[in-house]
Formats: sequence, C-alpha cells, structure tokens
Amino acid sequence: MYTPHTPDEIQAMLAAIGVPSLEALSSVPPGLEIKDKLGLPPALAESDAYAHIKALAERNGAARMISFLGAGAYRHYQPPAVPWFAMRSEFLTAYTPYQAEASQGSLQAIFEWQTYICLLTGMDVSNASLYDGATALVEGVIMALHAKARHRVIISRGVHPLYRAVLDTYAAGMGIEIIELPVGSDGLTDFSVLGSTPPQADCVVVQTPNFFGNIENTAAAAELARAADALTISVTAEALSLALLKTPRELGADIAVGEAQSFGLPVGYGGPYVGFIASTKEHVRRLPGRLVGETTDVDGRRAFVLTLQGREQHIRRELATSNICTNQALCALIATVYLATVGSKGLRAIASANVERARQLAQAVSAIPGFSIAHSSPFFNEFCLRTPSPAEDIAARLRERGILAGLPLSRFYPELTNMLLLCATELTTTEDIRLLTAELAKEHSRAVAAV
Amino acid sequence: MPLLLFERGAAGRGNDFVAAAPPVERHLDRALLRDELPLPDLAEIEVARHYTELSSRNFSVDRNFYPLGSCTMKYNPKLNEAVAAFSGFSDLHPFAPDEGAQGALRVLWDMQSMLTSLFGMTAFSLMPAAGAHGEITAMLMAKKHFKQIGESERATCLVPDTAHGTNPASASMVGYRVISIPSNARGRIDVAALKSKLDGSTAVCMMTNPNTLGLFEDDIIEITRAVHAAGGLMYYDGANANAIVGLTRPGDMGFDLLHLNLHKTFSVPHGGGGPGSGPVGANAKMAKYLPQPLVQRKADGSFALDFDQPDSIGPVRMFWSHFLAIVRAYAYIIVHGEDGLRRNSQLAVLNANYVRERVKDVLAVPYADFCRHEFVCSAETLKKETGVRALDIAKGLLDAGIHAPTMYWPHVVPECLMIEPTETETKETLDHFAATIHALVRQAYEDPASMQQLPLKTPVRRVDEAQVGRLANKAVGLRWRPPAAETK
Repeated sequence: MYTPHTPDEIQAMLAAIGVPSLEALSSVPPGLEIKDKLGLPPALAESDAYAHIKALAERNGAARMISFLGAGAYRHYQPPAVPWFAMRSEFLTAYTPYQAEASQGSLQAIFEWQTYICLLTGMDVSNASLYDGATALVEGVIMALHAKARHRVIISRGVHPLYRAVLDTYAAGMGIEIIELPVGSDGLTDFSVLGSTPPQADCVVVQTPNFFGNIENTAAAAELARAADALTISVTAEALSLALLKTPRELGADIAVGEAQSFGLPVGYGGPYVGFIASTKEHVRRLPGRLVGETTDVDGRRAFVLTLQGREQHIRRELATSNICTNQALCALIATVYLATVGSKGLRAIASANVERARQLAQAVSAIPGFSIAHSSPFFNEFCLRTPSPAEDIAARLRERGILAGLPLSRFYPELTNMLLLCATELTTTEDIRLLTAELAKEHSRAVAAV
Repeated sequence: MPLLLFERGAAGRGNDFVAAAPPVERHLDRALLRDELPLPDLAEIEVARHYTELSSRNFSVDRNFYPLGSCTMKYNPKLNEAVAAFSGFSDLHPFAPDEGAQGALRVLWDMQSMLTSLFGMTAFSLMPAAGAHGEITAMLMAKKHFKQIGESERATCLVPDTAHGTNPASASMVGYRVISIPSNARGRIDVAALKSKLDGSTAVCMMTNPNTLGLFEDDIIEITRAVHAAGGLMYYDGANANAIVGLTRPGDMGFDLLHLNLHKTFSVPHGGGGPGSGPVGANAKMAKYLPQPLVQRKADGSFALDFDQPDSIGPVRMFWSHFLAIVRAYAYIIVHGEDGLRRNSQLAVLNANYVRERVKDVLAVPYADFCRHEFVCSAETLKKETGVRALDIAKGLLDAGIHAPTMYWPHVVPECLMIEPTETETKETLDHFAATIHALVRQAYEDPASMQQLPLKTPVRRVDEAQVGRLANKAVGLRWRPPAAETK
C-alpha cells in the first residue's frame, strides 16, 4: 500500500546496491529476527478499512447526544472556512519549519498565532504552542521554577483537576512541593488561608473561570504571589472567555497558560488540542519550545524564522529550558484561521452568545424544584447545579434518555456528591434546554417519591 | 509578499456566525470585562486569499521530496484524513460515558494491542502527545520505579553522542545527570566505554536502534544485558522505528521502555510541527507505571477507560490521547497488516541504500556497512577543496524543489547530511535527487562562490538569523505590533 515500487524496479535497485534480496539488505543479527506471526489482523482493502472505521465511529452514540458537557473540552461552532484552509496539504504535510526558505507559510502562521495569543492575554511574548492546557501549566511552572528555584507551587483547587493531576505527575518526578488552596462555599478560591506571611514559592496558580465555572479574583492571587515572592500564573481552560474578560496581564499575571481548543478544534475524544503559553517580556528566554521571529532575507524582504533556538533541546541538549520538540503547529494554525475568520466582532458575538445561553440554562434548571445554582459568583458559560440526589445517578439516568447532563463533580471532588457542572455554548438550543429541564423535573419527582 | 493578518481587514467586516445576543453587561459587571479586543476583522475572502497565498510559500510532502533524516517524511495516505474526520469521533466529548464511546475505545484498545505485539512489549499507553513527551513519560516511570524499589540514588542517564537532543533534555528534566557515550569507528556505541560508566548510580540508558547514523546497533543484546546487570533500565527512542517494524522488536532486544512517533512511522501528517503522538510501551516490569487511564477489555467484551492503576505515574496530559492522530495511525496499520508493515520497512531500507549508492561517489559515506532507513554522508572534502559547505548543498536542493536533508547532526560526522528517503518515494524521485546532488557538487567545483547565493527561487532567500536573535532576546520582533508601538 502506498509504496510505488514495481518488482522490476526493486530488482534494479538491489542490483545497483549489490545485494540479492530485500531480506538480505534488512536482516538483523541472529536471535533478533521475528520468527512467528505477531497476530495482527490481516490487512484490509482500503474500502473495507474505511467501512470498518466508519462503523466504529457510528458506535459512539454519545457523539450524537444532546450535551451539556464542558469541563475543559468545549463544543463550539466551527466555520467551514476554518478546516477548508487550515487542512490544505501545504500545511498538513509540511515539516517543522527549520528551513526558513521553504517554510514561510508555516512560519508566518505561527508568528500570527503568537500575536493573537499576546493580544488575547495582554502578554508581551507567546511561544509557538504546546501540547494542551495541562502541559502548558506544567511548562509555566517550570518557567517559574527556573526564575525562583524554590521547587514549591501554590495552586488553587479551582484549577481543572486534570491539569492539577498532570502537574502532580511531573512534580513527583521533579521534586516540586505542591500547596493547594481550598475553594470556599462561594465557589471561589480562598487566597487567605496561608496568612499574611505565606511560604516562599515559585508561583501561585489560579484558573479563571475556574473549574466550577466561576470568575476568580486573579488580583488576589497576584497579591498572594507578591507576599510569597512568587510569579503569578493564570490558567484559562476556556479560551473563548478571553474575548470578554479582563486579560491575565491586566489582572497581574506574569505567565498566562491555557487551552485554545475552543478556537475551531473539535472535542475529538480529548485531542489533539492546543496549549498556549505567554509571558511578560522579562521571561522571554525562559519560554519553552519554539518561537518565531520576524527578520529579513538577503534581498531585504520580510521573512520569518525560528529564533532563540539556543534555549532548545536540539542545541542545548540537557541544558535546554524544556525537552519540547514537536508541538501542535496544525492545531495552532486551525485556531489562528478560526480567529482570523471570526475576527473581533465574531469572537465577541460568540462569547456573548455563550454568556446568554448559559444564563438561559441556569434560569431554566434552577426553576425546577429541588435544583438550585450552587454559587452566586459570576460565571462565563459553565456553572454548578445542586441536585436533590447524587448527581452521578441523575447523569446516568439521563444518558439513557439521550442527554449528557454535564459532569458530576464527585468524579474529582468526592465531597461534592450532589453537584453537576453544566455548560452551554452558542450551539446549545432552546429545545436542548427544554428537554433537559423536562428530564430533570422527573428526577425531582423521583426524589420526592423516594422520600 | 503577504501582509500579516493584522495589516489586513477593516472594522465592521466579517460574517454573522451566531444570532445576536444581548450585551453581556446585562449579566457581567463591567469591572470584570476587558476594555477592547484588538483583533482584526476580515471578510472571508480576505482570509481565503491570505491562507491560500501562505500555503504557496511552503514545502510539503504532497508537493516536495523530503529526504529529511530522522524525521520519516513519508506520504500521508488520505484515508487517514477521511476517517479522522468522522463526526462519531470528532464530536465525541472526552467525558462521554464509556458505553457511548465503544467505537473510540475499541480503536484505542486495538492500537494498544497491535503496538504491543509489533514492538514486543507488555502494554502501551497512547497518552503521550509526541516523541519528547513519551521520553519524559518514560523518565518519570523510571524515577518512580527506582523510588519504589528503594534505589532513588540511581540518578545517571547514559546517552550516546549520536542521540536526539530530546533524550538528554528529557532525562535532565527529572534530575538525571546525563553521561554522553562516544561512538566507535564503526558508527556504533562504544560498548567498552558504556560499560565503564555503569555502576550503582545508573538509572537509564537511552538508545535508538538503528541509531541516527542509520546503522543497526548489532551489540544491542550485550548492551542491554550489561545495563540490566548494573541494575539500570533500557529505553528505546522510537524515532527510527521505520527501519524495523515487522523485522525485529525492541522488546526482544531487551528494552524495558520505549516511545514511538506515530507521526513518523505510522504516517500521521507532521502538520508543520505537530500534533504528533508518542505512545509509550513498557515490559512486564515497568507496565504498572504507565500513565492512566489505559483502555481495558472487560469480561463482557466491552471496553472501558481504566483509572484503577495504583502504581501509575498519573496522567501526562489532560485527556486520554491525541485521539484523532491515533485514528489516523490505526487506519494505516489495518490497511497494511504485519506483512505490509514489514514490506514498508524493507522498502525504506532499500530506498535509503539506493540513494546512498548513487551519491557516495560525490559525498563521502563515512561508514562501510549498508545503512537501514537512513544514512549520513559528509561534505568535508568538498568544503576543504572548494569552501562549499553541507549547508550550501542543502540550500541548493531547495531550488530543485527538494527539501534539505537534516544537517550538521549527529556531530560525530563533520559537514554531515543525514538522508532518509522513506519507502513511499519512487525510483524516479530518488534518481532525480541523486542527479541534483551530483549537479550541485559539480557547481561547487566550477563556481563555488555561486553556491553561497543559493537558494534563488524560494519565496525568501537566506534570512538574517543573527539580527532576529538579538532582538528576540529583548522580546522584540516575536509578534506584530501596531507601527507606533514598535518604535517606542
């Protein structure tokens, strides 16, 4: 499949090399040959493979259900122009743009991504992208560690639990101590628990809107960071919120990290997405991974090129700022084409629609007896709903009726059994809300009957 | 010359993507909101022209031959793209319940199983996002292992001098001290030098096989035995796996851990630098440390995400995998089967040796053995006799529509060009490449000064990297700014 060699060509090439057979050319030392069949299924014809995989895709019933799931992966409208241009072969099948003369398209696109991330976060510099929001957080923490060398991180429990879990994985291997800040009954981080003289740390990490959907007081995080002589890292798990809310920079962050999946990337069962990292200019040499800069060629034409490669693994090896090599260039391109297509007008309109639909949803579900909005804090497109019986049971029963009723928080916060995290986006319809409300009302009747 | 997006557009342009919503100030206090959103507003036709023009300023596999050593720039079958776009995959939320995601879980489970068989391991995690991510994952596993068995004092990592830069960078991220092991005159790791560095502090030895010179490490069994005898772990960097699929298995060589690059070996498109996918395989001893969740097949035949792995290092990224990249690699594997994959490896080796044979009379090949999927040659003599460098040859190739080979690496070969044609290239393309190399070497002897002018035909010519680096150190030139802001 996909190899062009005719038998005659193979013979001619073997003759030119001077070996009798393909087997002779590719043989391995005795004892290392594969002697038996490995047990893979027999090869399928392309049409059969297509049909087989299509059937598997169709077995994912959850992809067709009415969904109120967010929690770090958001269903948004993808304008058809976005994949049309971003998935062109010239971008899709290009290599990392080490050869500037042969890669101006990719390089300019990355430069534009870097600019968009700076404009959205208010920061001075952005890199070319990272794997996802969680690994972007890890890289932000490593930047702070390089700046402060204390191996201590203060982080809010309102940061996405999976982001924190990934940070824990790295922290265990890197010897970083993690201090968690609790989230109060208002659904916001309590930045005062460490008192007026908190331990010195590398960074204070806060997410806004936080995992519960609430808009955090990032300025209070920055104050705590000052007291701890630490940098402030702001996490954005729903990048669309950046269209409306004050920028991480305005709120006092030194480093802004997050997930830009919302900019035109499908939820895709978890990936690939695209992480971003941006900082104030003081930390430019601590940024991980690739960076594109503007320059000129020998004829004086505007050109773009990878720069500050002295930070990177292929030059610095064990002294690099990070081991990052491959990043998420195509995903960053998709996000950039998305931002170009919707523009400031479209992005504001889409973000405003999210705010509006989430209010409609909140109003509808909180009107059901037994259900109430858990926090009074302002939110963007997600919020917590208090449920009359364990949220996990309710979500399981609604699944059978074709509705993904949000994320039961007990999955990550065992103490929050009767709490559901609900998300509405511009794709959530009035009919979706009506159906959910009707089904939840039945849950109330069931709870009453059980009593 | 294309303008930047930020130099295009006009306020008020752009489509209506959603029905108008009331002002957000109704719901959110003004103090929470940003004052301005300074992004350009473009008509869709401006976006179309912009990106179509940018695309014309790029090399890509669909248009150009990429003999780029260690990168495996093979053709990416379009079947991969079609199946990754199915809405049953793209619209599937990662928190979807297992019973509503059985098709996706089956793909993941099949991939775990097939990779385990192909590489001779016990289990695979599909979670790591790229090769370097797989490396750090494995280093975290090694670190946890030594902690669990009470040998945390093991803190050195042995890496051959020909290794990828990510190897030492990944090892040092978990605090391992990196010891570089020299290569011998045959282009293989110096086994005596390696053994002299083995002791109670040895944690891991990271190797690529075939190595980055394109040569099979034929002492591999002796090496893995020695490292194991010293109590260390063997790590296989799968960057060069395209030479061995279906022919030999890292598990059988004695490796404990490995990563693959699905964007190299299994035809996931490189996308201009990602997304990749870097699954990590482990043997029986190390499997329990793999990132969670793995996918399990339950007694009733259904599939489930399994978070119950008490010894796991934990997750290494937010969600379960680069799923849509996994789907592409899955399509590639099932249309080939193990015989087809083996055939591809053999043809990759054939193509590399054929090119080696065709260019070795003008660019010295420093090692006598046949190569595997790639080889290195040297422009050292050319440089001595004409002043023309490997870089100049590479830039000359660009004018012929051929991407430059990997250059100046590994460092053990001076004026190095590392060439990996891959199995999907035709004999005509390989002949054309060899003829172009011959012509460039001829030009180097006839008119060496002209070589420094190359390339002449690319959208831009050689760029000023020093200038941009100086400015970038001051955080200048790394983003567009309005003209007024840039001058202050």
